[in-house]
Amino acid sequence: MAPILDITNLRKNYGATEILKDINVSIEPGDFLVLVGPSGCGKSTLLNCIAGLEPISGGQIEIGGRDMTRVSPKDRDIAMVFQSYALYPTMTVAKNITFGMKVRGADAATQERKLKEVAAQLQIEALLDRRPGQLSGGQRQRVAMGRALVRDPKLFLFDEPLSNLDAKLRVEMRTEIKKLHHNLGATMVYVTHDQIEAMTLATKIVVMKGGVVQQIGTPAEIYNKPANLFVADFMGSPAMNLIPARAQPNGEGTRIEMACGGSAPIVLKDSRATGLPQDVILGVRPEDIAEAGFRAGEGVQEAACLIDMVEPAGADTYVVSNLGGKQVTARLHAETRAQPGQMLDLAFDLSKVSYFSPATGERLN
Amino acid sequence: MTDATLTPAAAANSRNWSHFALRWTLFTLLGLFALFYLMPLFVMITTSLKSLEEIRTGSLIAFPREVTFDAWRTAWSEACTGIQCEGLRPFFWNSVVIAVPAVAISTMLGAANGYVIAQWRFRGANLIFSLMLFGCFIPFQVVLLPMARMLGLMGLAGSIPGLIFVHVIYGIGFTTLFFRNFYVTIPQDLVKAAKVDGAGFFRIFWSIFLPLSLPIIVVTVIWQFTQIWNDFLFGVSFSQAGTQPVTVALNNIVNSTTGVKEYNVDMAAAIIAALPTLLVYAVAGKYFIRGLTAGSVKG
Repeated sequence: MAPILDITNLRKNYGATEILKDINVSIEPGDFLVLVGPSGCGKSTLLNCIAGLEPISGGQIEIGGRDMTRVSPKDRDIAMVFQSYALYPTMTVAKNITFGMKVRGADAATQERKLKEVAAQLQIEALLDRRPGQLSGGQRQRVAMGRALVRDPKLFLFDEPLSNLDAKLRVEMRTEIKKLHHNLGATMVYVTHDQIEAMTLATKIVVMKGGVVQQIGTPAEIYNKPANLFVADFMGSPAMNLIPARAQPNGEGTRIEMACGGSAPIVLKDSRATGLPQDVILGVRPEDIAEAGFRAGEGVQEAACLIDMVEPAGADTYVVSNLGGKQVTARLHAETRAQPGQMLDLAFDLSKVSYFSPATGERLN
Repeated sequence: MTDATLTPAAAANSRNWSHFALRWTLFTLLGLFALFYLMPLFVMITTSLKSLEEIRTGSLIAFPREVTFDAWRTAWSEACTGIQCEGLRPFFWNSVVIAVPAVAISTMLGAANGYVIAQWRFRGANLIFSLMLFGCFIPFQVVLLPMARMLGLMGLAGSIPGLIFVHVIYGIGFTTLFFRNFYVTIPQDLVKAAKVDGAGFFRIFWSIFLPLSLPIIVVTVIWQFTQIWNDFLFGVSFSQAGTQPVTVALNNIVNSTTGVKEYNVDMAAAIIAALPTLLVYAVAGKYFIRGLTAGSVKG
């Protein structure tokens, strides 16, 4: 299938400052693309470039197979939902939703029909005569979505649409957006700084930092095989443990040695890793460290560690220990015997670990 | 022994008393200030209702013994402004014909300028805005000669359109400032959303920004109307017989009479000349304060 959005070599400068550097992204119809990164990474700017609200300094943007690089926003066949909702304050909800159609000269009957459809879909029929000022945050959010839905565009753009909502509503709306995407089969581009939102919504994630794409992939790829230290640290909560270690070729595989605070170094043997440099950073997710005996399989290696802290969290218990000079969090089952200040045998699942170069931060395996 | 043994009711009572005393001191002071400021108006009104005879014999602050509206009629339609003796009436209409279009045009231009400067940022927008602000602070006297030359070249010297032109030019700085400061509080996302919706520059201005602007329009209209109606310098410099505004005519009534000074007519004429601005304040005054303090728009 032809990509519905194809960005090639996009660059964006403000004067001498480069905001976006050589961005290449392409998505298929029905994809849910999430642009994620810390604030100031250029994700919102990239979205504005796709919308045509910001001119680009180089490269090309194709939407639906047409070159849209210099086309004005209204002719790009897109709809956009803003963080501030950007509802027109003096218009009623109904007028807000139909404004786009009115501007484009749709006849009154069509406007009325589409308005009814969208209002029913979003359950905002009761609000149509109110003004934005009389609505709650969640209701405004729905109206903003309605304004986008009614346009039935090739591409939906969302600019952090949930960040002004409280935590509970945010989770609800997140589910609703996912449902909407599923039901409409629409193509969406979604900007967020919240990696959980990114993981739950996306079919494809673009992780950005400092205007540079760090990694593009499915949520599973991003989570399991982060391309560099930044992605490893940014995606996932609690974050991936990044432990400085020494690697030595040993027979078929590699011997990994990590300093352990207060006791002898921990030595693990990864039978699958080869060709690692002497100094590496071992990345292991908290859920890939279990209490010995609770995790089995190829690549699981056990070692005794001194436990510094135990944090029960209901479903799981997090224990913190010190390896390679770093705090390392492990996610154990709730009934663990772990006690602070005592040794505990931990099982490391080496089939899931990542190795990074301390010098470049890039993934090694 | 005193405070500690006071019953709660007594304590509340004493608190009430000090509150009461403070309130009354405040009101008395405010009342005195108000009286002080109203004094000239009082003298003007009473004097305008007296006959010349009574003015000569009575006290300045006494109420009229016999109320007569002769002075008002004279001021409106008979008083002499130089050689012409038609009262203020023709000049009053001159002022209306100057002020209404000048206010309307300068307000519209200010709204459009403010919209562009606040919401359609372009290279040098800040510089242009600073220059316009600078225009607000240029004293009138400085531009008199160049403006006279300009009006002459444009063939508008001494005409009412010429005066309208001068007031519009001079007003743009202020009106732009008002609208720009109002529009910068409106989130830029609104323009972006409207652009994606397919609306263009003028559509966005007309459908989204103007309906929001009522408070600042009121402020601008009051400000501009007061400035233009009360203007004397431009009026006296750029008009000729027949196109003079009411302020100039008032001056002529007061200064060109010979013989006995008709204080009652002068006072009546002054009040007539000031009435429209008073009226505008009375009708729209509360919107003026509201508009000046109007903040960002919740979308």
